Amino acid sequence: MKEIETLERSQMKEDVIPFQPGDTVKVTIEIKEASGTGEKRTVRTRSQAFQGLVIRRQGAGARETFTVRKISFGVGVERTFPLHSPVIKDIQMVQEGDVRRAKLYYIRDKVGKAARVKKKKFTS
Amino acid sequence: MEKAIIGEKLGMTQVFKDDLMIPVTVIKAGPCVVTQLKSRDTDGYEAVQVGFGDKKPDSVNMPMKGHLKKSGSEALRVLAELPLDPAGYKTGQKISVGIFEEGDRTDVTGISKGKGFAGVVKRWGFAGGPSSHGARFHRAPGAIGQCATPSRVFKGKKLPGRMGSDRVTVQNLLVVGVDTDKDLLLVKGAVPGAKGTVVMVRESVKSKKKAKR
Repeated sequence: MKEIETLERSQMKEDVIPFQPGDTVKVTIEIKEASGTGEKRTVRTRSQAFQGLVIRRQGAGARETFTVRKISFGVGVERTFPLHSPVIKDIQMVQEGDVRRAKLYYIRDKVGKAARVKKKKFTS
Repeated sequence: MEKAIIGEKLGMTQVFKDDLMIPVTVIKAGPCVVTQLKSRDTDGYEAVQVGFGDKKPDSVNMPMKGHLKKSGSEALRVLAELPLDPAGYKTGQKISVGIFEEGDRTDVTGISKGKGFAGVVKRWGFAGGPSSHGARFHRAPGAIGQCATPSRVFKGKKLPGRMGSDRVTVQNLLVVGVDTDKDLLLVKGAVPGAKGTVVMVRESVKSKKKAKR
């Protein structure tokens, strides 16, 4: 067991900011785009941001994941990221939220004003 | 030279490699001590017997102590035979995970988890019947044969019985990482058995075939 723990620890990032469900975060991910084959093959990387409400954090250690929800062109989009994935370049706090539960699945059924989360008044 | 080693399944986790998340089984492989060389003249077949793991020295009986003394070891948890050519080995020699490297393909053999006395749905994947709407047939096997001809049940008919605890080999698993300091072997995918099961890791049959071509 100890061996697996140390192995997982070596996979973990140390500079992950603390955030919770209810917070709004901006996740910057790196996308690799390959074109052509053989010698002509070129790999280009570009970064893309995904901003939205954190509705869940799940798992522990290196296996932890979190889900971000946003409304894109009127359609709800949820993306789950492995917290310690090397694809994630940056996580920025946009707005801390004040919520009473750990999994904000109820947000999915809310529309408009009801689909908001209270701002946190006192930030620690 | 062929590669083989025995080790203990520690459990599963995941590692990130080239931006990809890979599920891995962590195996504490070796160090194994060669305890005996089986030869064609004395045993009728060729193999290398190795020992692995620790055990309380008090719980080793005298005949076993005598056997292990030849290889200079005291108390080993298990002895197993590896299908290797004994010509390349000496009694007392140590085999470590270092024989494998990242990118190798391996076959992993172990004893699968026991499921006890299992019914036909779990054991053979029978469909079973509907659970409601007045159905009186749920998970039973149904008819197991015909009538006066042949007036018997054919051999090999799939019926309930003991499931699991079988010797199972999973082929062609990719070696994702090797840690020679901690004797750890990381293999992509699942491996038979529960945590703590002794498994044998071999160079995969398919990769050997490929190398010959």
